[in-house]
Amino acid sequence: MDDPTLLARRGELVLSLRGISKHFGAVSALTDIELDVHAGEVVALVGDNGAGKSTLVKILAGVHQPSSGTMRFGGKEVTLADPGAALSLGIATVFQDLALCENLDVVANIFLGRELGPLGLDEVSMEIKAWTLLRELSARIPSVREVVASLSGGQRQTVAIARSLLLEPRLIMLDEPTAALGVAQTAEVLNLIERVRDRGLGVVMISHNMEDVRAVADRIVVLRLGRNNGVFTPDASNHELVSAITGAAENAVSRRSDRRRAMMPPPAAGEEARP
Amino acid sequence: MSSSNLVDRGDERLKQSVGVRGAIRAFLDRVRSGDLGPLPVIVGLVIICTVFESLNDVFLSSNNLVNVLYDSSTIGVISLGIVCILMVGEIDLSVGSVSGFASALLGVLWVNANWPVWLAVLAAIAAGAAIGFLYAQLFNRFGMPSFVSTLSGLLAVLGLQLYILGQSGSINLPYGSPMVSFGQSLFMPAILSYALVLIAGIGVFATGYRTARRRQAARLSSRSTASIAAVAIVLTVALEASVFYLNLDRGVPWMLGFFLALVLMLHYALTRTRWGRSVTAVGGNREAARRAGINVRGIYTSAFVLCSVFAAIGGVLSSARLASASQQAGTGDVNLDAIAAAVIGGTSLFGGRGSAYSALLGIIVIQAISSGLTLLDLSSSLRYMITGGVLAVAVIVDSLARRSRVSHGRA
Repeated sequence: MDDPTLLARRGELVLSLRGISKHFGAVSALTDIELDVHAGEVVALVGDNGAGKSTLVKILAGVHQPSSGTMRFGGKEVTLADPGAALSLGIATVFQDLALCENLDVVANIFLGRELGPLGLDEVSMEIKAWTLLRELSARIPSVREVVASLSGGQRQTVAIARSLLLEPRLIMLDEPTAALGVAQTAEVLNLIERVRDRGLGVVMISHNMEDVRAVADRIVVLRLGRNNGVFTPDASNHELVSAITGAAENAVSRRSDRRRAMMPPPAAGEEARP
Repeated sequence: MSSSNLVDRGDERLKQSVGVRGAIRAFLDRVRSGDLGPLPVIVGLVIICTVFESLNDVFLSSNNLVNVLYDSSTIGVISLGIVCILMVGEIDLSVGSVSGFASALLGVLWVNANWPVWLAVLAAIAAGAAIGFLYAQLFNRFGMPSFVSTLSGLLAVLGLQLYILGQSGSINLPYGSPMVSFGQSLFMPAILSYALVLIAGIGVFATGYRTARRRQAARLSSRSTASIAAVAIVLTVALEASVFYLNLDRGVPWMLGFFLALVLMLHYALTRTRWGRSVTAVGGNREAARRAGINVRGIYTSAFVLCSVFAAIGGVLSSARLASASQQAGTGDVNLDAIAAAVIGGTSLFGGRGSAYSALLGIIVIQAISSGLTLLDLSSSLRYMITGGVLAVAVIVDSLARRSRVSHGRA
């Protein structure tokens, strides 16, 4: 993972989307989306339910194809016909539903589609590599030979992240990486995101949790009803973010935070930021 | 090596199972949580053997067992294809028709059109592959459920079989030809059968030992040499004893050897290759497999084609066994027996779980029942009812075990 060429590329534009739109029948899930991700940068993608975050991630992962728009990856214009194309370009994705095969064990899931020794699986090497990856994430998985069905939600999340790192990608996308995690595991995943960024990877993270977003993001891109609705830095106020996300300066959240601010300044950060 | 400094035994929550007692406890835990493996089949076989032997003492004679295994080989090969298709969570209801069509094609090309026998066999297998490819296209391109496409295939291919057989309706294959003697009277020399079993036993030990050494070198937990040797020795002795018992009569049919070779090859492909891993993944979670970059359509295509190819091979074998290609080939209970064998053997109807050995074990159960009932001189009406009942029980066991696995987190 400590590839010096990756470190040298820090700050370089990894991914650049221009005018990406996606229609599902009459519904426009995404309209004219612009997004830049640089190497060594964490971009948080926030937005309300139905803002198009997951659709955008699926387009970047090659699961959906955009209806129009251009996508440049590493300076070259690319089209992602299928998930395999995205993977081989170096775009790794951890989906919200994790996309693990419950009937396979941890090793098989981590190496799914990338097994060592296609005609005679090298189980020993794969198991060692799996342990190495899980160690790097300080993961607490009892046994990599248990089927994924027997793991907890947090353990599954760890397996999914470990899998995305296997291919040494240049861009990693995490769809709600901390949604199912406990306190310690959330901190662990946020640490991990920083570690990944420090290696010069571009990171796109979707989250509803403003606290997590502020903790690691370098830029916060807000989507609203399938359109760009502003780019913020992590020190933007909650008020600004919430109104960008909900599209209104005046709403229940902002009224309540105003009331609280009036009643007992200063307010507890993060508490009011949850949309 | 103490277990604490092994890479994969560091977690204190992990239950350690060492020694014979640990192995037994781990086995009981697995069974209780619904991970039954081949256990129901083996229990079933013991019951069947006890019942039929007490009713008719010819049942367990060498002569009858040779017949049972001989007959198992033909439908067993078809059942291997069913294992492939069930692994991806689909079904092929037309394997009987495809096998009948393959045997008819063999008869027509070999006997009527005077093709060399090997070319006729190849043509029959290629026809099977083409049928499987057609199902795969219907499934991949039109999203046609395999249940429907193969049900229509069942009729269409049966029609094709009747059409190419024409008015006569039956073609006799020449007696004395290598093809027919392979199907009826070709047995391994006793010494060769013993040697093959010995080689298998040594192979089991050697691969187990090599894996254990590699895992040890990598500081992973490994089985002790003693336990590997014990398993290999028990297996070898049991198989040598069976071979000895068969050799009291005519011996081990070459056709059974061929079937076993296919079983071993499919087992290797399913468990030790990327293709097999992909098949299991597609059967377990199709979308996850797609997102992992697996060519899901390609995997479905390979499963459909393999299923029909195995059906065609089974058809060729059964025409050799019967020395004829007739309108009856592949009809009747061939379809049901092949599917039932895979399910009885422990391949799940729900996809993602199964083994090539399930075809072997399942077909032996079915043929044993059929042979036992024939020995008792029961009519086929009763045979159908009993086989149907056994299939129902097997599916119930599969469903219950699946429910139990889900609740024990072992899906």
